[in-house]
Amino acid sequence: MESRELARRIRVHALHMTSRGRSSHIGSALSIADILAVLYGDVLRVDPERPDAADRDRFVLSKGHAGAAVYAALAESGFFPVEKLKTHYQDGSDLSGHISHKGVPGVEVSTGSLGHGLSIAAGMAYAGQLDDAPHSVYVLLSDGECDEGSNWEAILFAAHHGLNNLVAIVDYNKIQSLATVAETLALEPFADKWTSFGWNVREVDGHDHGQLRTAFEQRTLAPDRPTVIIAHTTKGRGVSFMENSVLWHYRTPQGAEFQEALQELERSA
Amino acid sequence: MRDHFIARLTELAAADPRIVLITGDLGFGVLTEFARRFPKQFINAGVAEQNMTGIATGMALEGRIVYTYSIANFVFMRCLEQIRNDAAYHDANVNVVSIGGGFSYGALGISHHATEDLSIMRCLPGLTVVSPGDDWEAAEATETIAHRPGTCYLRLDKSSAGHTQRPGETFQLGRARVLREGHDLTLVGTGGILECVLVAADELANRGISCRVLSMHTIQPLDVDSLSQAARETGGLITIEEHTVHGGLGGAVAETLLEHGAAPQVFQRMGLRGEFSSVVGSQQYLRQKFELDADAIVATALRTLAGRAPQRLAG
Repeated sequence: MESRELARRIRVHALHMTSRGRSSHIGSALSIADILAVLYGDVLRVDPERPDAADRDRFVLSKGHAGAAVYAALAESGFFPVEKLKTHYQDGSDLSGHISHKGVPGVEVSTGSLGHGLSIAAGMAYAGQLDDAPHSVYVLLSDGECDEGSNWEAILFAAHHGLNNLVAIVDYNKIQSLATVAETLALEPFADKWTSFGWNVREVDGHDHGQLRTAFEQRTLAPDRPTVIIAHTTKGRGVSFMENSVLWHYRTPQGAEFQEALQELERSA
Repeated sequence: MRDHFIARLTELAAADPRIVLITGDLGFGVLTEFARRFPKQFINAGVAEQNMTGIATGMALEGRIVYTYSIANFVFMRCLEQIRNDAAYHDANVNVVSIGGGFSYGALGISHHATEDLSIMRCLPGLTVVSPGDDWEAAEATETIAHRPGTCYLRLDKSSAGHTQRPGETFQLGRARVLREGHDLTLVGTGGILECVLVAADELANRGISCRVLSMHTIQPLDVDSLSQAARETGGLITIEEHTVHGGLGGAVAETLLEHGAAPQVFQRMGLRGEFSSVVGSQQYLRQKFELDADAIVATALRTLAGRAPQRLAG
Protein backbone atom coordinates (compact mmCIF):
# COMPACT_ATOMS: atom_id res chain seq x y z
CA MET A 1 0.00 0.00 0.00
CA GLU A 2 1.25 3.44 -0.88
CA SER A 3 2.25 5.36 2.23
CA ARG A 4 -0.18 8.24 1.74
CA GLU A 5 -3.08 5.81 1.58
CA LEU A 6 -1.78 4.02 4.66
CA ALA A 7 -1.60 7.35 6.51
CA ARG A 8 -5.18 8.15 5.54
CA ARG A 9 -6.39 4.77 6.78
CA ILE A 10 -4.49 5.15 10.07
CA ARG A 11 -6.24 8.50 10.60
CA VAL A 12 -9.70 7.14 9.81
CA HIS A 13 -9.19 4.12 12.06
CA ALA A 14 -7.88 6.27 14.91
CA LEU A 15 -10.89 8.54 14.62
CA HIS A 16 -13.30 5.60 14.75
CA MET A 17 -11.39 3.99 17.63
CA THR A 18 -11.28 7.08 19.83
CA SER A 19 -14.90 7.85 19.06
CA ARG A 20 -16.14 4.34 19.76
CA GLY A 21 -14.13 4.14 22.98
CA ARG A 22 -14.91 7.77 23.94
CA SER A 23 -11.18 8.00 24.51
CA SER A 24 -8.62 10.80 24.33
CA HIS A 25 -5.53 11.53 22.26
CA ILE A 26 -6.96 11.73 18.73
CA GLY A 27 -4.81 14.83 18.19
CA SER A 28 -1.67 12.86 19.11
CA ALA A 29 -2.60 9.98 16.82
CA LEU A 30 -3.28 12.24 13.82
CA SER A 31 0.05 13.95 14.46
CA ILE A 32 2.08 10.73 13.93
CA ALA A 33 0.02 9.08 11.16
CA ASP A 34 2.44 10.08 8.40
CA ILE A 35 5.53 9.04 10.37
CA LEU A 36 3.96 5.63 11.03
CA ALA A 37 2.85 5.25 7.41
CA VAL A 38 6.36 5.84 6.11
CA LEU A 39 7.85 3.54 8.75
CA TYR A 40 5.43 0.65 8.20
CA GLY A 41 5.01 1.30 4.49
CA ASP A 42 8.60 1.88 3.40
CA VAL A 43 11.22 1.64 6.15
CA LEU A 44 10.70 -1.08 8.74
CA ARG A 45 11.79 -4.56 7.74
CA VAL A 46 9.04 -6.46 9.51
CA ASP A 47 7.03 -9.45 8.46
CA PRO A 48 3.52 -10.00 9.82
CA GLU A 49 3.96 -13.71 9.17
CA ARG A 50 7.00 -13.75 11.46
CA PRO A 51 6.45 -10.98 14.02
CA ASP A 52 9.20 -12.37 16.28
CA ALA A 53 11.84 -12.93 13.58
CA ALA A 54 15.29 -12.27 15.04
CA ASP A 55 16.34 -10.03 12.17
CA ARG A 56 13.26 -7.79 12.18
CA ASP A 57 13.59 -4.07 12.77
CA ARG A 58 12.27 -3.06 16.17
CA PHE A 59 9.81 -0.21 16.61
CA VAL A 60 8.97 1.23 20.03
CA LEU A 61 6.19 3.75 20.54
CA SER A 62 7.35 5.71 23.56
CA LYS A 63 4.41 8.14 23.42
CA GLY A 64 2.12 5.27 24.32
CA HIS A 65 -1.00 7.46 24.46
CA ALA A 66 -1.05 7.45 20.64
CA GLY A 67 -1.32 3.67 20.61
CA ALA A 68 -4.50 3.70 18.48
CA ALA A 69 -2.46 4.88 15.50
CA VAL A 70 0.08 2.05 15.87
CA TYR A 71 -2.65 -0.57 16.28
CA ALA A 72 -4.17 0.77 13.05
CA ALA A 73 -0.82 0.67 11.24
CA LEU A 74 -0.22 -2.91 12.39
CA ALA A 75 -3.70 -4.07 11.38
CA GLU A 76 -3.37 -2.47 7.94
CA SER A 77 0.07 -4.11 7.62
CA GLY A 78 -1.41 -7.54 8.25
CA PHE A 79 -0.32 -8.24 11.83
CA PHE A 80 -3.90 -8.87 12.95
CA PRO A 81 -7.36 -8.43 11.43
CA VAL A 82 -8.57 -4.87 10.92
CA GLU A 83 -11.80 -5.99 12.56
CA LYS A 84 -9.96 -6.28 15.90
CA LEU A 85 -9.54 -2.49 15.96
CA LYS A 86 -13.22 -2.25 16.89
CA THR A 87 -12.38 -3.68 20.32
CA HIS A 88 -10.03 -0.80 21.16
CA TYR A 89 -10.75 0.62 24.62
CA GLN A 90 -13.69 -1.76 25.08
CA ASP A 91 -14.38 -4.08 28.01
CA GLY A 92 -12.23 -7.20 27.82
CA SER A 93 -10.00 -5.94 25.01
CA ASP A 94 -6.23 -6.21 24.90
CA LEU A 95 -6.04 -3.07 22.74
CA SER A 96 -5.53 -0.67 25.64
CA GLY A 97 -5.63 3.10 25.34
CA HIS A 98 -1.90 3.22 25.96
CA ILE A 99 -0.06 0.72 23.84
CA SER A 100 0.39 -2.80 25.22
CA HIS A 101 2.22 -5.75 23.69
CA LYS A 102 0.30 -8.57 25.33
CA GLY A 103 -1.91 -10.33 22.83
CA VAL A 104 -1.04 -7.86 20.07
CA PRO A 105 1.38 -9.19 17.41
CA GLY A 106 3.80 -6.57 16.19
CA VAL A 107 3.92 -4.46 19.34
CA GLU A 108 7.41 -4.76 20.81
CA VAL A 109 7.01 -2.80 24.02
CA SER A 110 4.20 -1.52 26.22
CA THR A 111 4.38 2.10 27.26
CA GLY A 112 2.07 4.72 28.66
CA SER A 113 4.21 6.39 31.27
CA LEU A 114 6.38 8.80 29.34
CA GLY A 115 10.15 8.65 29.32
CA HIS A 116 10.52 4.87 29.18
CA GLY A 117 10.71 3.93 25.50
CA LEU A 118 14.03 5.48 24.56
CA SER A 119 15.92 3.61 27.29
CA ILE A 120 14.38 0.28 26.31
CA ALA A 121 15.10 0.94 22.64
CA ALA A 122 18.69 1.88 23.52
CA GLY A 123 19.05 -1.41 25.42
CA MET A 124 17.76 -3.30 22.38
CA ALA A 125 20.14 -1.37 20.13
CA TYR A 126 23.08 -1.96 22.45
CA ALA A 127 22.43 -5.71 22.38
CA GLY A 128 22.16 -5.53 18.58
CA GLN A 129 25.46 -3.67 18.38
CA LEU A 130 27.20 -6.30 20.54
CA ASP A 131 25.81 -9.03 18.29
CA ASP A 132 26.68 -7.13 15.10
CA ALA A 133 23.04 -7.65 14.15
CA PRO A 134 21.73 -6.20 10.89
CA HIS A 135 18.49 -4.73 12.21
CA SER A 136 17.78 -1.24 13.50
CA VAL A 137 15.74 0.01 16.44
CA TYR A 138 13.29 2.88 15.90
CA VAL A 139 11.61 4.75 18.73
CA LEU A 140 8.98 7.47 18.47
CA LEU A 141 8.75 10.10 21.19
CA SER A 142 6.51 13.06 21.77
CA ASP A 143 7.85 16.55 22.35
CA GLY A 144 6.19 16.94 25.75
CA GLU A 145 7.75 13.62 26.70
CA CYS A 146 11.17 15.24 26.40
CA ASP A 147 10.42 16.94 29.72
CA GLU A 148 11.20 13.60 31.35
CA GLY A 149 14.77 13.50 32.64
CA SER A 150 15.07 9.79 31.96
CA ASN A 151 15.16 10.57 28.22
CA TRP A 152 18.26 12.66 28.69
CA GLU A 153 19.92 9.81 30.56
CA ALA A 154 19.18 7.61 27.53
CA ILE A 155 20.36 10.30 25.12
CA LEU A 156 23.70 10.39 26.96
CA PHE A 157 23.92 6.59 26.94
CA ALA A 158 23.15 6.14 23.25
CA ALA A 159 25.72 8.72 22.20
CA HIS A 160 28.34 7.38 24.60
CA HIS A 161 28.03 3.93 23.07
CA GLY A 162 27.77 5.17 19.48
CA LEU A 163 24.50 3.37 18.83
CA ASN A 164 24.30 3.92 15.07
CA ASN A 165 21.54 1.32 14.86
CA LEU A 166 19.20 3.51 16.93
CA VAL A 167 16.85 6.05 15.36
CA ALA A 168 14.70 8.29 17.52
CA ILE A 169 11.89 10.29 15.97
CA VAL A 170 10.38 13.18 17.89
CA ASP A 171 6.82 14.12 17.00
CA TYR A 172 7.39 17.85 17.45
CA ASN A 173 3.87 19.26 17.20
CA LYS A 174 4.62 21.97 19.78
CA ILE A 175 1.57 21.20 21.91
CA GLN A 176 1.46 19.09 25.04
CA SER A 177 -1.22 18.21 27.54
CA LEU A 178 -2.36 21.57 28.88
CA ALA A 179 -0.62 24.17 26.74
CA THR A 180 2.09 24.66 24.15
CA VAL A 181 5.56 23.27 24.68
CA ALA A 182 6.94 26.81 24.68
CA GLU A 183 4.55 27.83 27.46
CA THR A 184 5.06 24.65 29.50
CA LEU A 185 8.76 23.86 29.53
CA ALA A 186 10.63 25.27 26.57
CA LEU A 187 12.67 22.77 24.56
CA GLU A 188 14.34 25.22 22.18
CA PRO A 189 17.00 25.25 20.94
CA PHE A 190 15.88 21.65 20.59
CA ALA A 191 18.01 20.43 17.67
CA ASP A 192 21.08 22.03 19.22
CA LYS A 193 20.48 20.10 22.42
CA TRP A 194 20.52 16.75 20.59
CA THR A 195 23.57 17.83 18.56
CA SER A 196 25.49 18.85 21.65
CA PHE A 197 24.61 15.50 23.24
CA GLY A 198 26.36 13.77 20.34
CA TRP A 199 23.50 12.75 18.07
CA ASN A 200 23.12 13.03 14.31
CA VAL A 201 20.16 15.38 13.93
CA ARG A 202 17.79 15.66 10.97
CA GLU A 203 14.84 18.04 10.85
CA VAL A 204 11.96 17.34 8.52
CA ASP A 205 8.36 18.18 7.84
CA GLY A 206 6.76 15.25 9.64
CA HIS A 207 3.88 15.12 7.17
CA ASP A 208 6.05 15.12 4.03
CA HIS A 209 6.56 11.48 3.15
CA GLY A 210 9.42 12.25 0.78
CA GLN A 211 11.33 14.17 3.43
CA LEU A 212 10.70 11.44 5.99
CA ARG A 213 11.91 8.71 3.61
CA THR A 214 15.04 10.68 2.76
CA ALA A 215 15.81 11.25 6.44
CA PHE A 216 15.49 7.55 7.22
CA GLU A 217 17.67 6.64 4.23
CA GLN A 218 20.36 9.18 5.02
CA ARG A 219 20.83 8.25 8.64
CA THR A 220 23.56 5.85 7.56
CA LEU A 221 25.62 8.93 6.78
CA ALA A 222 26.38 9.04 10.50
CA PRO A 223 28.00 5.65 11.13
CA ASP A 224 29.36 6.53 14.56
CA ARG A 225 26.34 7.89 16.37
CA PRO A 226 22.60 7.57 16.90
CA THR A 227 20.21 9.58 14.77
CA VAL A 228 17.27 11.69 15.83
CA ILE A 229 14.71 12.86 13.30
CA ILE A 230 12.94 15.90 14.63
CA ALA A 231 9.67 15.76 12.76
CA HIS A 232 7.85 19.09 12.72
CA THR A 233 4.22 18.13 12.84
CA THR A 234 0.76 19.54 13.39
CA LYS A 235 -1.24 18.14 16.24
CA GLY A 236 -4.60 16.96 14.95
CA ARG A 237 -3.31 16.97 11.36
CA GLY A 238 -5.99 16.27 8.76
CA VAL A 239 -9.03 17.60 10.63
CA SER A 240 -9.25 21.37 10.32
CA PHE A 241 -10.86 22.09 13.68
CA MET A 242 -8.48 19.77 15.54
CA GLU A 243 -5.25 21.14 14.08
CA ASN A 244 -3.01 23.00 16.52
CA SER A 245 -5.63 22.75 19.23
CA VAL A 246 -4.81 21.84 22.82
CA LEU A 247 -8.45 20.81 23.24
CA TRP A 248 -8.05 17.70 21.07
CA HIS A 249 -5.37 16.18 23.25
CA TYR A 250 -8.18 15.03 25.54
CA ARG A 251 -11.51 15.71 23.81
CA THR A 252 -13.14 12.65 22.27
CA PRO A 253 -14.75 12.96 18.82
CA GLN A 254 -18.52 12.43 19.10
CA GLY A 255 -21.69 13.27 17.19
CA ALA A 256 -21.46 16.06 14.64
CA GLU A 257 -17.78 16.63 15.36
CA PHE A 258 -17.06 12.99 14.62
CA GLN A 259 -19.02 13.12 11.35
CA GLU A 260 -17.32 16.31 10.21
CA ALA A 261 -13.88 14.94 11.05
CA LEU A 262 -14.61 11.70 9.22
CA GLN A 263 -15.74 13.58 6.11
CA GLU A 264 -12.59 15.67 6.10
CA LEU A 265 -10.34 12.62 6.43
CA GLU A 266 -12.20 10.68 3.75
CA ARG A 267 -12.14 13.64 1.39
CA SER A 268 -8.36 13.76 1.76
CA ALA A 269 -8.04 10.51 -0.19
CA MET B 1 27.42 -11.34 50.67
CA ARG B 2 28.47 -8.91 47.99
CA ASP B 3 31.75 -10.73 47.41
CA HIS B 4 29.97 -14.06 47.20
CA PHE B 5 27.51 -12.55 44.74
CA ILE B 6 30.20 -11.27 42.42
CA ALA B 7 32.24 -14.47 42.71
CA ARG B 8 29.27 -16.56 41.61
CA LEU B 9 28.26 -14.10 38.93
CA THR B 10 31.80 -14.27 37.54
CA GLU B 11 31.47 -18.04 37.21
CA LEU B 12 28.10 -17.63 35.52
CA ALA B 13 29.39 -14.99 33.11
CA ALA B 14 32.35 -17.16 32.13
CA ALA B 15 30.02 -20.01 31.26
CA ASP B 16 27.21 -18.03 29.64
CA PRO B 17 27.78 -14.99 27.39
CA ARG B 18 24.15 -13.94 27.87
CA ILE B 19 24.94 -12.82 31.45
CA VAL B 20 25.23 -9.02 31.66
CA LEU B 21 26.01 -6.86 34.70
CA ILE B 22 25.00 -3.18 34.65
CA THR B 23 26.04 -0.92 37.50
CA GLY B 24 24.80 2.53 38.34
CA ASP B 25 28.36 3.78 38.84
CA LEU B 26 28.88 1.95 42.13
CA GLY B 27 30.97 -1.04 43.17
CA PHE B 28 34.41 0.52 43.49
CA GLY B 29 37.02 -2.22 43.68
CA VAL B 30 34.35 -4.93 43.63
CA LEU B 31 33.42 -5.02 39.97
CA THR B 32 36.84 -4.17 38.49
CA GLU B 33 37.86 -7.73 37.73
CA PHE B 34 34.45 -8.60 36.27
CA ALA B 35 34.61 -5.52 34.01
CA ARG B 36 38.12 -6.44 32.87
CA ARG B 37 37.30 -10.06 32.13
CA PHE B 38 33.93 -9.51 30.47
CA PRO B 39 33.96 -6.18 28.62
CA LYS B 40 30.99 -7.26 26.48
CA GLN B 41 29.03 -8.32 29.54
CA PHE B 42 29.57 -5.28 31.73
CA ILE B 43 28.19 -1.75 31.52
CA ASN B 44 28.63 1.19 33.81
CA ALA B 45 25.44 3.07 33.02
CA GLY B 46 26.51 6.08 35.06
CA VAL B 47 24.47 7.70 37.79
CA ALA B 48 21.23 7.11 35.90
CA GLU B 49 19.16 4.35 37.41
CA GLN B 50 16.03 4.92 35.33
CA ASN B 51 17.96 4.52 32.11
CA MET B 52 19.92 1.63 33.58
CA THR B 53 16.69 -0.27 34.19
CA GLY B 54 15.33 0.55 30.74
CA ILE B 55 18.59 -0.57 29.13
CA ALA B 56 18.41 -3.77 31.19
CA THR B 57 14.88 -4.41 29.95
CA GLY B 58 15.80 -3.79 26.33
CA MET B 59 18.76 -6.15 26.57
CA ALA B 60 16.69 -8.79 28.37
CA LEU B 61 14.07 -8.59 25.61
CA GLU B 62 16.95 -9.38 23.23
CA GLY B 63 17.79 -12.53 25.16
CA ARG B 64 20.30 -11.34 27.73
CA ILE B 65 20.19 -12.30 31.42
CA VAL B 66 20.72 -8.97 33.08
CA TYR B 67 21.73 -7.96 36.60
CA THR B 68 21.40 -4.33 37.61
CA TYR B 69 23.54 -3.31 40.56
CA SER B 70 23.67 -0.39 42.92
CA ILE B 71 23.52 0.54 46.58
CA ALA B 72 20.48 0.15 48.77
CA ASN B 73 17.51 2.17 47.52
CA PHE B 74 19.11 3.56 44.37
CA VAL B 75 18.69 0.38 42.36
CA PHE B 76 14.94 0.08 42.82
CA MET B 77 13.33 3.20 44.24
CA ARG B 78 14.29 5.90 41.74
CA CYS B 79 13.48 3.50 38.92
CA LEU B 80 10.53 1.71 40.49
CA GLU B 81 8.26 2.51 37.56
CA GLN B 82 10.83 1.12 35.12
CA ILE B 83 10.96 -2.08 37.17
CA ARG B 84 7.16 -2.32 37.19
CA ASN B 85 6.19 -1.23 33.67
CA ASP B 86 9.29 -2.20 31.73
CA ALA B 87 10.95 -5.19 33.36
CA ALA B 88 8.09 -6.89 35.21
CA TYR B 89 5.22 -6.31 32.74
CA HIS B 90 7.40 -7.60 29.92
CA ASP B 91 8.47 -10.66 31.97
CA ALA B 92 12.03 -9.53 31.29
CA ASN B 93 14.88 -11.44 32.89
CA VAL B 94 16.15 -8.48 34.86
CA ASN B 95 17.64 -9.20 38.26
CA VAL B 96 17.75 -6.12 40.44
CA VAL B 97 20.56 -6.42 42.98
CA SER B 98 20.57 -4.11 45.97
CA ILE B 99 23.81 -3.93 47.89
CA GLY B 100 23.31 -3.04 51.53
CA GLY B 101 20.00 -4.18 52.98
CA GLY B 102 18.62 -2.56 56.13
CA PHE B 103 21.22 -0.64 58.09
CA SER B 104 24.23 -2.05 56.19
CA TYR B 105 25.19 1.54 55.44
CA GLY B 106 23.85 2.75 58.77
CA ALA B 107 26.32 5.58 59.25
CA LEU B 108 25.55 7.14 55.87
CA GLY B 109 22.07 8.30 56.82
CA ILE B 110 18.50 7.65 55.73
CA SER B 111 19.20 7.92 51.99
CA HIS B 112 21.19 4.70 52.42
CA HIS B 113 18.89 2.88 54.85
CA ALA B 114 17.12 0.23 52.76
CA THR B 115 14.23 -0.38 55.09
CA GLU B 116 11.13 -0.49 52.88
CA ASP B 117 12.39 -2.42 49.85
CA LEU B 118 10.88 -5.81 50.66
CA SER B 119 7.38 -4.37 51.13
CA ILE B 120 7.55 -2.36 47.95
CA MET B 121 9.02 -5.06 45.76
CA ARG B 122 6.86 -7.93 46.95
CA CYS B 123 3.65 -6.23 45.83
CA LEU B 124 4.80 -5.95 42.21
CA PRO B 125 3.06 -8.65 40.15
CA GLY B 126 5.30 -11.50 39.12
CA LEU B 127 8.38 -10.36 40.97
CA THR B 128 10.53 -12.82 42.86
CA VAL B 129 11.94 -11.22 46.01
CA VAL B 130 14.98 -12.77 47.66
CA SER B 131 16.69 -11.67 50.85
CA PRO B 132 19.47 -14.12 51.74
CA GLY B 133 20.54 -14.57 55.34
CA ASP B 134 23.99 -16.01 54.78
CA ASP B 135 26.75 -16.09 52.19
CA TRP B 136 25.79 -19.48 50.82
CA GLU B 137 22.20 -18.38 50.26
CA ALA B 138 23.48 -15.23 48.57
CA ALA B 139 25.64 -17.18 46.12
CA GLU B 140 22.98 -19.80 45.43
CA ALA B 141 20.30 -17.15 44.93
CA THR B 142 22.54 -15.30 42.50
CA GLU B 143 22.68 -18.36 40.30
CA THR B 144 19.10 -19.49 40.74
CA ILE B 145 17.53 -16.20 39.67
CA ALA B 146 19.51 -16.24 36.42
CA HIS B 147 17.30 -19.03 35.16
CA ARG B 148 14.07 -18.02 36.83
CA PRO B 149 11.67 -16.45 34.33
CA GLY B 150 10.75 -12.84 34.87
CA THR B 151 12.08 -10.12 37.09
CA CYS B 152 13.76 -10.72 40.44
CA TYR B 153 14.90 -8.54 43.32
CA LEU B 154 17.94 -9.67 45.29
CA ARG B 155 18.71 -7.88 48.55
CA LEU B 156 22.26 -8.37 49.75
CA ASP B 157 23.21 -7.44 53.28
CA LYS B 158 26.59 -6.38 54.59
CA SER B 159 26.15 -8.70 57.56
CA SER B 160 25.60 -12.41 57.21
CA ALA B 161 25.05 -15.55 59.24
CA GLY B 162 28.19 -16.95 57.59
CA HIS B 163 27.80 -20.39 56.06
CA THR B 164 24.92 -22.36 57.52
CA GLN B 165 24.42 -24.93 54.79
CA ARG B 166 24.60 -28.61 55.56
CA PRO B 167 26.59 -31.04 53.41
CA GLY B 168 24.61 -31.85 50.29
CA GLU B 169 21.94 -29.24 50.95
CA THR B 170 20.35 -27.72 47.88
CA PHE B 171 18.94 -24.22 47.66
CA GLN B 172 15.36 -23.73 46.54
CA LEU B 173 13.72 -20.39 45.91
CA GLY B 174 10.48 -20.13 47.84
CA ARG B 175 11.48 -22.84 50.28
CA ALA B 176 12.50 -21.75 53.78
CA ARG B 177 15.48 -23.40 55.42
CA VAL B 178 15.12 -24.87 58.90
CA LEU B 179 18.36 -23.94 60.66
CA ARG B 180 17.32 -25.10 64.15
CA GLU B 181 14.67 -27.61 65.05
CA GLY B 182 12.51 -26.64 68.01
CA HIS B 183 9.06 -27.01 69.52
CA ASP B 184 8.45 -24.08 71.87
CA LEU B 185 8.52 -21.20 69.41
CA THR B 186 9.59 -20.35 65.84
CA LEU B 187 11.90 -17.49 64.97
CA VAL B 188 11.53 -16.45 61.31
CA GLY B 189 14.33 -14.26 60.00
CA THR B 190 15.20 -12.75 56.65
CA GLY B 191 18.43 -11.10 55.54
CA GLY B 192 21.72 -10.71 57.39
CA ILE B 193 19.98 -10.24 60.71
CA LEU B 194 19.71 -14.02 60.64
CA GLU B 195 23.05 -13.92 62.50
CA CYS B 196 21.28 -12.30 65.47
CA VAL B 197 18.41 -14.77 65.24
CA LEU B 198 20.79 -17.71 65.54
CA VAL B 199 22.59 -16.17 68.52
CA ALA B 200 19.23 -15.55 70.18
CA ALA B 201 18.09 -19.14 69.52
CA ASP B 202 21.25 -20.45 71.17
CA GLU B 203 20.75 -18.19 74.17
CA LEU B 204 17.13 -19.30 74.49
CA ALA B 205 18.25 -22.92 74.24
CA ASN B 206 20.59 -22.27 77.17
CA ARG B 207 17.52 -21.16 79.07
CA GLY B 208 15.69 -24.37 78.18
CA ILE B 209 13.56 -22.89 75.43
CA SER B 210 13.62 -24.80 72.19
CA CYS B 211 13.25 -22.50 69.17
CA ARG B 212 12.81 -23.47 65.58
CA VAL B 213 14.67 -21.09 63.28
CA LEU B 214 13.54 -20.50 59.70
CA SER B 215 15.69 -18.63 57.23
CA MET B 216 13.04 -17.04 55.03
CA HIS B 217 15.34 -16.09 52.18
CA THR B 218 12.48 -15.80 49.70
CA ILE B 219 9.81 -13.24 50.52
CA GLN B 220 7.92 -13.70 47.28
CA PRO B 221 6.75 -16.40 46.72
CA LEU B 222 6.46 -17.13 50.43
CA ASP B 223 6.82 -20.65 51.80
CA VAL B 224 3.31 -21.21 53.15
CA ASP B 225 3.91 -24.85 54.07
CA SER B 226 6.91 -24.25 56.33
CA LEU B 227 5.12 -21.39 58.06
CA SER B 228 1.89 -23.31 58.59
CA GLN B 229 3.82 -26.29 59.88
CA ALA B 230 5.79 -24.09 62.28
CA ALA B 231 2.61 -22.45 63.55
CA ARG B 232 0.98 -25.83 64.08
CA GLU B 233 3.96 -27.52 65.69
CA THR B 234 5.39 -24.71 67.81
CA GLY B 235 2.31 -22.59 68.45
CA GLY B 236 4.09 -19.25 68.16
CA LEU B 237 6.02 -17.21 65.61
CA ILE B 238 8.24 -14.17 65.83
CA THR B 239 9.35 -12.55 62.59
CA ILE B 240 12.63 -10.61 62.58
CA GLU B 241 13.62 -8.21 59.81
CA GLU B 242 15.89 -5.19 59.54
CA HIS B 243 13.11 -3.47 57.70
CA THR B 244 9.72 -1.93 58.32
CA VAL B 245 7.14 -4.32 59.75
CA HIS B 246 4.57 -2.72 57.44
CA GLY B 247 4.14 -5.12 54.59
CA GLY B 248 7.53 -6.76 54.92
CA LEU B 249 8.34 -10.23 56.21
CA GLY B 250 6.11 -9.84 59.26
CA GLY B 251 3.20 -8.55 57.23
CA ALA B 252 3.60 -11.27 54.63
CA VAL B 253 3.73 -14.04 57.25
CA ALA B 254 0.71 -12.67 59.14
CA GLU B 255 -1.40 -12.38 55.99
CA THR B 256 -0.43 -15.82 54.81
CA LEU B 257 -1.05 -17.65 58.07
CA LEU B 258 -4.42 -15.99 58.64
CA GLU B 259 -5.59 -16.76 55.13
CA HIS B 260 -4.56 -20.38 55.47
CA GLY B 261 -6.35 -20.81 58.79
CA ALA B 262 -3.01 -21.44 60.45
CA ALA B 263 -2.80 -18.51 62.85
CA PRO B 264 -0.43 -19.35 65.70
CA GLN B 265 -1.41 -18.85 69.35
CA VAL B 266 1.09 -16.03 69.67
CA PHE B 267 2.72 -13.84 67.05
CA GLN B 268 5.09 -10.88 67.09
CA ARG B 269 6.72 -8.82 64.36
CA MET B 270 10.14 -7.43 65.10
CA GLY B 271 11.31 -4.63 62.81
CA LEU B 272 11.01 -0.91 62.31
CA ARG B 273 7.68 0.67 63.05
CA GLY B 274 7.26 3.47 60.58
CA GLU B 275 10.14 5.72 61.54
CA PHE B 276 13.21 7.16 59.89
CA SER B 277 16.48 6.98 61.75
CA SER B 278 18.09 10.40 61.73
CA VAL B 279 20.56 8.94 64.21
CA VAL B 280 23.35 7.11 62.42
CA GLY B 281 25.74 4.37 63.42
CA SER B 282 27.03 0.95 62.58
CA GLN B 283 24.63 -1.82 61.66
CA GLN B 284 25.18 -3.37 65.09
CA TYR B 285 24.55 -0.07 66.85
CA LEU B 286 21.31 0.59 64.97
CA ARG B 287 20.06 -2.95 65.57
CA GLN B 288 20.56 -2.34 69.27
CA LYS B 289 18.93 1.08 69.13
CA PHE B 290 15.86 -0.25 67.35
CA GLU B 291 15.72 -3.37 69.55
CA LEU B 292 16.52 -5.85 66.83
CA ASP B 293 19.71 -7.41 68.18
CA ALA B 294 20.04 -10.85 69.74
CA ASP B 295 19.27 -9.57 73.25
CA ALA B 296 16.08 -7.93 72.02
CA ILE B 297 15.04 -11.10 70.22
CA VAL B 298 15.57 -13.11 73.43
CA ALA B 299 13.55 -10.61 75.43
CA THR B 300 10.74 -10.60 72.88
CA ALA B 301 10.69 -14.38 72.84
CA LEU B 302 10.43 -14.53 76.62
CA ARG B 303 7.63 -11.95 76.68
CA THR B 304 5.79 -13.73 73.88
CA LEU B 305 5.99 -17.09 75.61
CA ALA B 306 4.85 -15.54 78.87
CA GLY B 307 1.68 -14.40 77.12
CA ARG B 308 0.82 -17.88 75.99
CA ALA B 309 -1.34 -20.49 77.75
CA PRO B 310 0.61 -21.91 80.75
CA GLN B 311 0.23 -25.58 79.82
CA ARG B 312 2.07 -24.96 76.55
CA LEU B 313 4.89 -23.21 78.38
CA ALA B 314 5.25 -26.15 80.73
CA GLY B 315 5.52 -28.50 77.74
